[in-house]
Amino acid sequence: MAEKKIRVLIAKPGLDGHDRGAKVIARALRDAGMEVIYTGLRQTPEMIASAAAQEDVDVVGLSILSGAHNVLCPELVRLLKEKGAGDVPVVIGGIIPEGDIPGLKQAGIAGVFLPGTSTQEIVDFVRTLAQKRHAENNNS
Amino acid sequence: MDDKPERSRRAGGAAIEGETPRNPSAGEREWEARVLQPTLEKSPERLSEFTTVSGHPIRRLYTPADVADLDFEREIGFPGQPPYARGIHPTMYRGRLWTMRQFAGFGTPEDTNQRFRYLLEQGQTGLSVAFDLPTLMGYDSDHPLSEGEVGKCGVAISSLADMETLFDRIPLADVTTSMTINSPAAVIWAMYLAVAEKQGADWNKISGTIQNDILKEYIAQKEYIYPPAPSMRLVIDTFAFGVERTPRFNVISISGYHIREAGSTAIQELAFTLRDGMEYVEWALRRGMDVDEFGPRLSFFFNSHNDFFEEIAKFRAARRIWHQATRERYGAKNARTWALRFHTQTAGCSLTAQQPYNNVVRTALQALAAVLGGTQSLHTNSLDEAWALPTEFAATLALRTQQIIAHESGVTNTADPLGGSYFVESLTGEVERGAWEYIEKIDSLGGMVAAVERGYPQREIAEASYRYQMAVDRKEKIIVGVNEYAGEDQPIEILKIDESVARRQNERLQKVRDDRSQEEVSRRLQALRHAAEGDANLMPLIYDAVKAYATLGEICDAMREVFGTYEEVAIT
Repeated sequence: MAEKKIRVLIAKPGLDGHDRGAKVIARALRDAGMEVIYTGLRQTPEMIASAAAQEDVDVVGLSILSGAHNVLCPELVRLLKEKGAGDVPVVIGGIIPEGDIPGLKQAGIAGVFLPGTSTQEIVDFVRTLAQKRHAENNNS
Repeated sequence: MDDKPERSRRAGGAAIEGETPRNPSAGEREWEARVLQPTLEKSPERLSEFTTVSGHPIRRLYTPADVADLDFEREIGFPGQPPYARGIHPTMYRGRLWTMRQFAGFGTPEDTNQRFRYLLEQGQTGLSVAFDLPTLMGYDSDHPLSEGEVGKCGVAISSLADMETLFDRIPLADVTTSMTINSPAAVIWAMYLAVAEKQGADWNKISGTIQNDILKEYIAQKEYIYPPAPSMRLVIDTFAFGVERTPRFNVISISGYHIREAGSTAIQELAFTLRDGMEYVEWALRRGMDVDEFGPRLSFFFNSHNDFFEEIAKFRAARRIWHQATRERYGAKNARTWALRFHTQTAGCSLTAQQPYNNVVRTALQALAAVLGGTQSLHTNSLDEAWALPTEFAATLALRTQQIIAHESGVTNTADPLGGSYFVESLTGEVERGAWEYIEKIDSLGGMVAAVERGYPQREIAEASYRYQMAVDRKEKIIVGVNEYAGEDQPIEILKIDESVARRQNERLQKVRDDRSQEEVSRRLQALRHAAEGDANLMPLIYDAVKAYATLGEICDAMREVFGTYEEVAIT
């Protein structure tokens, strides 16, 4: 059986308009054979969680450069659970102080990517997360 | 779109259509045959093609053959004289150094006021305000969308009361202030002018800059509120108000900085910025304004990226293009309209989170390029900005970097030290021609507003940005400490802004709402709404609303009701 295509939601939460990173990652994931849905700018955690649940994505990728990650990320994880999509892993990239990373992981963020990360590293990480989710869904 | 003019430019040998083929001297040909070829056979060069950070090809060597067509008097000339390739002042930095203007802003207005007064004590010569995202988007600090963002990437300003605190004990009559504000520029500027008035500063004498460049928001930074047409109207309203009431204020800073940060090439940055400038001129002319009245109040803002010579060429080409455009396209007769004045910021996107101290070196080189390119003012980034807003220590070191260039390096002793270099002159010409190709392409699309609506510059930038990222991933472009020479990182101290800022800010805002006359506020907002439906200049009505302590969010909402809001079609 052909492997199920990986679906990823790339989202820009908050008021931040810096979308260079989000666009590069969206394209790199697409070039790696994944199906990518890009939300566009200024999405609330509520909008992102709804889109993730409706589109049945395997991974949500957030791009935040504004410093609002500590508020927005836990909120998104909470809303995903509320919408029955608590099994969808969330990864984040952007300007994230190192000291915030343990807190974000504790809040349920699966991966934090800092400036300078290669697109290949992100593609591999997302693929592993998605394959794990596919495997778990097949077993259940 | 598949037009990529910058890809068609060849610096490395092959003749470009319509250009004179390179004609090396006998001496050069002999050197090539007798000295170069044997060397290449023995030890080939490291790469098959050498390119700038923008992917622009660079020749092995530049000689008189590369500038054979160049007319010294007409194309290079003298500083302070058309076409301004060598700078806009006859004595350049021998007369006066550039303004050292460090962009700062975080937390509450009190926090930023303290940083401003510190920077002025350290010898900084101008202020530059960074606003937080809610302010940039025209929301008050207590708006639901402001949650988590208050005071994070700049200072939170929701009303005139905040602006009064921001400039407390800073005499606006003596200091010039640059404000990075775009969609709500008219409102923030009105607040600044109200503070100046309260301090007793003469509007005829105060100076500073509002960024007020909405076009690059649609193109790159994406902090827009209203659709293009009403946004452009607001910009032209500020032009008209400025010409009449604040003759020394720069009413716009037409910005390539954010275009470059979004991933453009140097040529794209130059072309899109200057074409934006032309768009503003055209809209103002259609309003019946005189180009030589508002032209001298237009200023520019460029990025200084890693590629040293490409950046210097870009700054020199910028002046030449603006001179030609204002003169030939718009018939400007005032030399102050022809002369392009610009601020520079070193490239934030070039900073690395890894081995952050390396950023000091990058910033120094970028700052040096800006100075050799003839900048009028400069911001140098801090070493910690790939992590967070700068600490006081990092911000001071960034300022010291400029002071060392100014006072120790000797580069300020003569105007345009690199003028006449075969390489720099040749590259200046190539960058200039590449930019004109883009400018003409945008003309053919019906101007910049039309091009933006079709996503043309956005797509060109996204392409360039992806191409660069792929080159980095393949190690065709090396970033020290990131894809080569990586090693253990020492954690650095960084600035933290916690959620108590939002709480304090919201308490202040509540007090403003409690203390003002609600009736007066409603009346003035209604007047603004009414005027927005017509075509009166909105600046005086915004000023009235600000003076009654209507908040930024309320004023922007009044205009949102009339103008609607803009949603882009996302391109990936």
